[in-house]
Amino acid sequence: MAEITLKNIVKRYGDGYPAVNDVSLEIKDGEFMILVGPSGCGKSTLLRMIVGLEDITSGELRIGGKVVNKVAPRERNLAMVFQNYALYPHLTVFENIAFPLRLAKTPEDEVQRRVKETAELLELTDHLDRKPANLSGGQRQRVAMGRAIVREADAFLFDEPLSNLDAKLRGQMRTEISRLQRRLGVTTVYVTHDQTEAMTLGDRVAVLRKGVLQQVGSPRELYEQPTNLFVAGFIGSPSMNFLPATVDGTVLDTPLGRFDMRDRRKAEAVGDRTVVLVGIRPEHFEDASLVGDDRRERGAVVKARVDVTEWLGNELYAYVPYEAPADVAAQLRDLSQELDSDQLRTQAVVALDASSLISPGDEAELWIDTSRVHLFDPATGENLTRDEERAAALGRLADKEREAQRRAQRAEAEATSDTSDEDEDKGGTETAAG
Amino acid sequence: MRFVFKPPAETASGLLSLPWHEPLASWRDERLVEIRHRGLSRHTVRFVAEAGAVYALKELDERLARREYKLLRKLRELGIPAVEVTGIAVDRPGGQDAVLVTRFLDHASSYRALFANPRGGHPADRLLDALVELLVRLHLAGFMWGDCSLSNTLFKLDAGAFSAYLVDTETAELHPSLSEGQRTYDLELARERIAGELFDLDAAGLLPPDLDPVAVADDTVRRYTALWDELTREEIIRPEEQRLRIAERLRRINELGFDVDEVELIDAGGEGSRLRVRTVVAEPGHHRRLLFARTGLNAQENQARRLLNDIASYRGHLERESGRPVSEALAASKWLTEVYDPVVRAIPDDLRGRLDEVEIFYEVLEHRGHLERTLGHDVSTTAAARDHFRHVLPHVPEELTIKPIPRTPPDGERAAGDRPEARARDGGSD
Repeated sequence: MAEITLKNIVKRYGDGYPAVNDVSLEIKDGEFMILVGPSGCGKSTLLRMIVGLEDITSGELRIGGKVVNKVAPRERNLAMVFQNYALYPHLTVFENIAFPLRLAKTPEDEVQRRVKETAELLELTDHLDRKPANLSGGQRQRVAMGRAIVREADAFLFDEPLSNLDAKLRGQMRTEISRLQRRLGVTTVYVTHDQTEAMTLGDRVAVLRKGVLQQVGSPRELYEQPTNLFVAGFIGSPSMNFLPATVDGTVLDTPLGRFDMRDRRKAEAVGDRTVVLVGIRPEHFEDASLVGDDRRERGAVVKARVDVTEWLGNELYAYVPYEAPADVAAQLRDLSQELDSDQLRTQAVVALDASSLISPGDEAELWIDTSRVHLFDPATGENLTRDEERAAALGRLADKEREAQRRAQRAEAEATSDTSDEDEDKGGTETAAG
Repeated sequence: MRFVFKPPAETASGLLSLPWHEPLASWRDERLVEIRHRGLSRHTVRFVAEAGAVYALKELDERLARREYKLLRKLRELGIPAVEVTGIAVDRPGGQDAVLVTRFLDHASSYRALFANPRGGHPADRLLDALVELLVRLHLAGFMWGDCSLSNTLFKLDAGAFSAYLVDTETAELHPSLSEGQRTYDLELARERIAGELFDLDAAGLLPPDLDPVAVADDTVRRYTALWDELTREEIIRPEEQRLRIAERLRRINELGFDVDEVELIDAGGEGSRLRVRTVVAEPGHHRRLLFARTGLNAQENQARRLLNDIASYRGHLERESGRPVSEALAASKWLTEVYDPVVRAIPDDLRGRLDEVEIFYEVLEHRGHLERTLGHDVSTTAAARDHFRHVLPHVPEELTIKPIPRTPPDGERAAGDRPEARARDGGSD
């Protein structure tokens, strides 16, 4: 087990373009770290430098305290999970897991011990004598994970491991990976372009953009206290709405109407800027007719024409087009493109209670939870209203939760180590019928 | 639904009438065929015989399908032996995955078939040579395979040796050039995969007892390292030995099956010059191109070299007979009609598919030499062929090369369940 430390890491290719630019990141021992960002952000390059597939142009990479910039991949004792998940049809599950050890000429008694421990962790003990053909899809993936675990690597690395699985298996595997990582407590670095995956799996998430690290934090911190426009737009689905606004004290004049954010601290953060971008997440709007008086007072109400609605059962999405000055509209369009989003940037998406009766064409009264509003500098994208104290508190909370979760998982692992998983047999039948 | 086909694709146009709107796994078209000893795949893969050719159809995510389509085309462009990609079907109804269509290699063998039916000594050595050569070509071209293994390769017999063809680029990546780390990592994966595959053959009872999977896997790494070093190493040579040393180096590279693109000599001060050699990534093909130009025959490189030798000696024979010079072109065309065609026509119908025709002809030539040595006098090619077809060809196992077999009806598929591979495949929703 080991911590992985990246210090001022740069990767420059032949054409001089920095694919990774001055990234510093500390991945704690046992931590589940996600690297996320749109394609071309440098996340895979960063992972490959950790593995040793890409040379590091400058900076320092340490694993377990040791500088490994020049160390060959196999000497780094890391396991790329799912790199090799071919299962051999004539070998038993035991041998399918054991073969990396056989290849390393590990003594038989140690092979026995390590494979059995691994199988227990993966709840494959009852299947050790079976052939892969008799396993369900999920079980086969677990055998492949077993092959990585049995090596007793210092860290697990995943490079978009679920991108070629179908949606159902992807969901299952996400749960498996998360559960297993928490039980084993092995340092894990996981690359994905899927922000939902990032938010559900990681202890902390590192968001990258064009090779530059934007923010590292717990999923909740990224969501509540993004450092800039990019992170705010990337994390959350549907994305945060950004409205251009002129500022007059605590009053914002937006295309959806004028409202008072009633927060002196935020107003002060604006400084002498006359225009800002107001960021409001879809769920921080509500149908004003459904908001009680006391809550209503803690926010503001605007009037806007609703273009389209979508009723989803648990909530109602309403789409509210607005006018924006050409330069702001262009900026928002660029951001949207960069985020691979098909969301129209001059249209606000609001998520309302499912009981709302707002319908297309209505001039609707929308309530905004102004305490959750963020203001961004339109030129630099910087979040002017990020609450550092709150961010720190969220960080501490994440650490606490992580510890509690780990303890629970380990206790559960100990308690259930001798009972078998009930879905196994179901899987077997499915295979036979296939 | 949309098809993207690489022109010319006249032969592929017959594929358009397949039931593309349905999931590949549930197709019931009479053109579907089964392939024995095929490799394992994480996706649904099925085979279709259309207008005399067999196609492999693989259902996978559109992004991955497009990527593989692009990479396979790139490999062909570079002249690296790989399966030929025919096209992809995308935008299938109901949000279904794309289907990648590749042309199945005729008369190719899987490593399993070769181990199950060893001919002329154990195949491990020749297989690994071919695989290592392929991996080195890929690395020279900047391809990281990501999953180099015997199962991701098909082998074609080439005058007794093997040519390795890459069949799966799902995990491959193309870079301007590969770093040391990328190459060693790729090689380490290959080592693991090969060992795993040999352990598996061992468990299936197909490995000779004296073959140690780990030793073979380690040996693969040694072969790769030696070949890579020979092709890419830089050496300092003194002015007086320049000509000799360069000629030697080029000869060794040619012997290893590679062509040299560029030789660079850089002045290294007092000690002499630094010799740097750039190797052509493409498989050398001069013999094969020459044979094609002269005869229209498609052959592997070693086969072509052997056939061209036979044409040359036939030309000598013609010249001696007529007492005057005979042009190469004339000799080749006479050889085709009077030597090659009669042999190929005489192959008994029931044995015709055992090997590709050029390889059978090559074996007849070898057999002729063998007979001449045993009998102590000349033997005609026709007589050698007759003897080969009677005593040798019938012993070439039918399963050695992969042939499509008509699909068993759905009821019969259950009976095939005793083959673990079949079940692994059929159960695979992965």
